Amino acid sequence: MIRKVRPHITQNEPLLFESSSPGKIGYQLPDLDVPAVDPAAALGESNTRREIEGFPEVSEVEAIRHFSRLSTYNYAIDLGLYPLGSCTMKYNPRVNEAVARIEGLAWAHPYQPESLSQGAMEVMAVLENALAEITGMDAVTLQPAAGAHGEFTGILLIRALLESRGNPRKNILIPDSAHGTNPATAHMAGYQVRNLPSNDRGMVDMEALVRLCDEDTAALMITNPNTVGVFEENITRIAAILHGKGAQVYMDGANMNALVGIARPGDFGVDVMHLNLHKTFSTPHGGGGPGSGAVAVKGHLEPFLPVPRLLRREGQWTWNYDRPDSIGRVRAFYGNFGVLVRALAYIMAHGGPGLKNATMDALLNANYIRTLLEPYYDHPHKAPTMHECVFSDEMQAKRGVRTGDIAKRLIDYGFHPYTVSFPLIVHGALMIEPTETEGKRELDLFVDAMISIAKEVEEDPELVLKAPHSTRTNRVDEVTAARKPVVRWKPAADEA
Amino acid sequence: MLASIGAGSLEDLFAHLPAEVRFERTLDIPAGKSEYDIVNYFRQRASENATGYSSFLGAGVYSHYRPVLVDAVVSRGEFLTSYTPYQAEISQGTLTTIFEFQTMICQLTGMEVANASMYDGSSSVPEAALMAARVTGREGILVSRAVHPEYRETLATSVRHQGLHVVEYAYDRDSGGIDLEDLESKLDSTVAAVIVQSPNFFGIVEDVRKAAELAHKSGALLVVCFTEAVSLGLLEPPRDADIVCGELQSFAISPSYGGPFAGIIATKEKYLRQIPGRIVGETKDANGNRAYCLTLATREQHIRREKATSNICTNQALIALMATVFMTVYGKEGLRELAVQNLSKAHYLAQQLPRRFKGPFFNEFVVSGNGRPPEQINETLLTRKIIGGLPLGRFYPELAGGMLVCATEMTDRQAMDAFVGVFVAEEALAK
Amino acid sequence: MYPDNYRYTKEHEWVRLEGDGTATVGITFHAQKELGDIVYVDLPKEGTALEKGKTMGSVESVKAVSDVYAPVSGEVVAINEQLAEAPEKLNEDPHESAWLVKIKLSTPDELKQLLSAEDYQTYIGAE
Repeated sequence: MIRKVRPHITQNEPLLFESSSPGKIGYQLPDLDVPAVDPAAALGESNTRREIEGFPEVSEVEAIRHFSRLSTYNYAIDLGLYPLGSCTMKYNPRVNEAVARIEGLAWAHPYQPESLSQGAMEVMAVLENALAEITGMDAVTLQPAAGAHGEFTGILLIRALLESRGNPRKNILIPDSAHGTNPATAHMAGYQVRNLPSNDRGMVDMEALVRLCDEDTAALMITNPNTVGVFEENITRIAAILHGKGAQVYMDGANMNALVGIARPGDFGVDVMHLNLHKTFSTPHGGGGPGSGAVAVKGHLEPFLPVPRLLRREGQWTWNYDRPDSIGRVRAFYGNFGVLVRALAYIMAHGGPGLKNATMDALLNANYIRTLLEPYYDHPHKAPTMHECVFSDEMQAKRGVRTGDIAKRLIDYGFHPYTVSFPLIVHGALMIEPTETEGKRELDLFVDAMISIAKEVEEDPELVLKAPHSTRTNRVDEVTAARKPVVRWKPAADEA
Repeated sequence: MLASIGAGSLEDLFAHLPAEVRFERTLDIPAGKSEYDIVNYFRQRASENATGYSSFLGAGVYSHYRPVLVDAVVSRGEFLTSYTPYQAEISQGTLTTIFEFQTMICQLTGMEVANASMYDGSSSVPEAALMAARVTGREGILVSRAVHPEYRETLATSVRHQGLHVVEYAYDRDSGGIDLEDLESKLDSTVAAVIVQSPNFFGIVEDVRKAAELAHKSGALLVVCFTEAVSLGLLEPPRDADIVCGELQSFAISPSYGGPFAGIIATKEKYLRQIPGRIVGETKDANGNRAYCLTLATREQHIRREKATSNICTNQALIALMATVFMTVYGKEGLRELAVQNLSKAHYLAQQLPRRFKGPFFNEFVVSGNGRPPEQINETLLTRKIIGGLPLGRFYPELAGGMLVCATEMTDRQAMDAFVGVFVAEEALAK
Repeated sequence: MYPDNYRYTKEHEWVRLEGDGTATVGITFHAQKELGDIVYVDLPKEGTALEKGKTMGSVESVKAVSDVYAPVSGEVVAINEQLAEAPEKLNEDPHESAWLVKIKLSTPDELKQLLSAEDYQTYIGAE
C-alpha cells in the first residue's frame, strides 16, 4: 500500500522561449550616472551585436512562476529519504546557506588584499585542520572543485612524488568495484589501468593483488568502505603490499561517511585521499553541483600540493606561491570557497563527538534496512554492512523484473530510487544508503514500500514493469534522445 | 532499532573493524555549537574581510548586481537539495532548466550546442583543448599570453600528462590584443587548437575573425574563451570559433573568494559527441509528452571508464541555475542595457587615466604606470575605502608598473572620481 | 539466422568475402541483441589501415559502448554511411544492409582463423 504520498496538481509550463513576448522585461537598472557610450563607436561596428536572438523576454512574475512551477517537478532531500548509494544524500542544514551568504564572505574578491581577506583565509585554515584531524592525514588542499577533480589532483601528486624518486611508473591498480571516475582519472594522469578483481565477500582479492603489484605499479586507488558497503578488512596488509613495492595508496573518500570518528585513513596506510564535501559534510548537491573535492595527504606528498598554500607569517595569513615542487594549479583561485564555508559550518555544528554520532547513526540506519529487507531481496555479500547495503534483483529477475523497474516503482511510493546497477560486480544491484539524517518513521515507510513492491513483483509484475504510474512524466524515451539528439530549443520555423 | 538488528549498542556496529584500524580517541574538534554561535563565528570572520569598500578589481571575477529573484529560486529546496537528474521522471525541473541553460548559452555565444556546464572558466580551457585534440588528432595547443594567467596555469597542469604540448604566443605591446604575426609564425600542421580570450585579460576585445582565419588555414580549431560574460550582451558573438568556453561568474554568481563558479563549453553541432560533461536532451515520455533526460552518456566516465572524454561527473547545476535565472530576468533587452552601462562606466574612468593599450575594451583596461608602484597607489586608495586595481607585475613582469582596473554597473561615479583623484595625487608625488 | 557463407569472430563480428579481394564486415545478430537499442555507430575513415584484432570503431546503446575489432587486416575501402543517420538499422538488419565497413584484405589467409556459422552458434550458445 502506498502510504507516503498521493498525487496533487502540478502546473504545466512552457519553455521560456515559448512564453516570451517581444519587449517584455523583468529587470530595472539604475539610471546611468555617467555619459552613455555608443557601443559601435567604442568597440567598432563589426564587434557589436544587434541583439541576442531568441533570448527570453518575460516579466518578473512570469519568471518566478516559471522556475517555481518547474521546481515542483523535482524530488529533493527536503521532501524525503533519498537513498542513493554512494551519494550520501543527507539533510542540508539551512544555517550553512545563511552563513555562506554573509556579505563579507560572499562578496570577497579573490584578488582583494590579503590584509582584507583574513577572515576567508582563517575559514580555510580551520577547515584544512579539521579535515586533517578527521582523516588522520598531515596536510589538506581545498583547491579541487569536485570529487573527480580531487582524484585527478591526488594522482598528479603521486606522479610528482614518483618522478622525484626517478620513475613515475606505469600502472594504477583499480578494483573492479570502483567508481568509473577512478579509471578515467588514472588515464588523464597518464597511467594505464590494471583491473583488480574482488573476492566473493566483495573485498579485494589478496592473491590477485600480490600478483599484480610490481615495480611498474604507481598506486592502488581503493574505495573504503568499498562500493558494496563493506570495510576492506585487509586494508593495512593491502597498504603494506603497495608500500613494499614503492607504490602509493590512494583512497577514494566517497564513502567517508562510514568512517568519520571511528577510523582514519591516515592510520591505516592511506597516503592520499579526497573527500567529497558535498557528501560527507552535507553541502547541497544542487541538482548536480557545485561540490568540493578536498585532498588530504601524508607529509611526504605535501611538497607537491597545488599552489598557492596558506602560510601563517607574523600573525597573518598569506598565500605562498613559492613552492618549487608543486604540481601547479588545478584551477583558478583557491577552491570552491562558498562550499567550504558550508562544510565548516557542518563540522562546527557537530563537533568531534557529534561527528562520530552521525557516523554511528548512518551505520545503524543502513543495518536496519539491510536486516528488514534481507528476507525479500537477495543480499549477495554477507560481510558486515557499514553505511550502505547492496542487494541484487536475483529473486525478482525470475519474474522478469529488474532493479531498474523496482527503482521506478519506488517513485510511485514517494521515494527517490536507490542507486541502480552499480557496483558492476553485483549483477542487478540495488545500492541503498539512507544516511544518518533519516528517522525511524521515514525508514519504516521505505522498508514497507520495498516489501510491498517485492510482493507486487510476485502478484502483478506488469504493475512494476510499467511504473511509475503517478508522475506527471512517465518513462522517458532515452533511445530517441540519444539517436536524434536535440540539445537546445529552436523556433518552430527552423525545425521545418 | 538496535534490537531489531541484533546489536547491543551503537559501538557494536563497527566492532568488526580490525583493532589496528579503529580510532579510539575523540576527534580533536570543539564540541558542537548552536546555530547562533555558528552564525556569529562566520559574521566575525566576514568582518575580518573587506566590507563597505568600493572595488576596481575584475581580472576574471566581477562585481555585478544579483537580482533578488536569483536567490529566491536557488533557495527552493527542490533545486537546492536534489541530486543529479538521473531519474528523469522526478527530475524534470532540473532537466528543463538545464535545457534552457544550454539554449541560452548557444544564443549568447553563437554556437550550436552547449553542455550543462563545467566546474569553472579555468577548467573549461583544458577541456576545450583536449576536445580540439580529439577532433583534430593533433597535439599542439597555442595559447595567447593575454589569456587569464591562472587559466593558463590550470591548462598546463591539466594536460601535461595527456601528450599535449602547450606553447604561448605573444600579445601586441601596442594594442594589447593578440600578436597575429607571432601566432602565424607558431602555427603548423601539429596544432590542434589556437586559444584566444575575448575580452582578454587586459580587457581588450580581440579580433576573433583574424584568429579564426589563421587557425583554420593550418587545420587547427579556434577556441575562444571569455571571463566577462556580460560583454556578450553587446559584443558580436565569436561565430567563427569552433569551441567557445568560459566563465559565467558575472551572471549573478557571488565572487565568493573565487568559487564556486560555473564554466561553459559550446561548439558546433558536428562536434557534439566530443563535448565533455553532461548534456540534457529533449525527448518524449511513454504518453507522448515532451520530456527531458541526460543524454549521450556513453561519452562519460561511468560508462566509458578510462576511455571517457573526461573524468568529470558533475556539472555546476545550481550555479548554472543562478545564471539561467539571471539571463531570464535581464533577458534580451536587459543584458544589452547592462552591457552598455558597463561599457559607459569603464570608458568614463578610462578617459581620465593613462591607458596602456590602444585596442577597444569593454569594462576593464590596463592603466599605465605613473611612476609610483601600483601597490603604493592601492595603499592610499584603501585609506579612502577603495580597493584599487590588480597590479600586473605578478603575472606580467614587463607590465610591472601597470594595474588592471574594472568598472561595472555597480561602480559609481563618485568612487571613480575619487580613484582618479588619488591616482593624480600619487603621480604628483612621483614627480 | 547466421549465413553459412559468412565467417565469424568471438568478438561477434561477421565477415563476408566478396569476389574482388575485399571483405564486408558487420556485427552479428547476437551482438546487436546483447547491446539493445543502438544509438550511435563510430566507424574508421576510408583509407584507414586496419590490423586484425585491433579496435576499428565502436557501437553504442544508451548506456553501453562496445568496441568493434577488425576481424581481418587490410585497408578500409568503404564505410556504411547510412548508419550515421539511422543507427537503428543495426538492430533491424545486422547481417545485410547494416554492414559496417568494406576492407581490402592484406592477409587473406587470416580468414581461415575465423569461425564457421556452426562454430559461432555453438560458441554463443555456450557463452
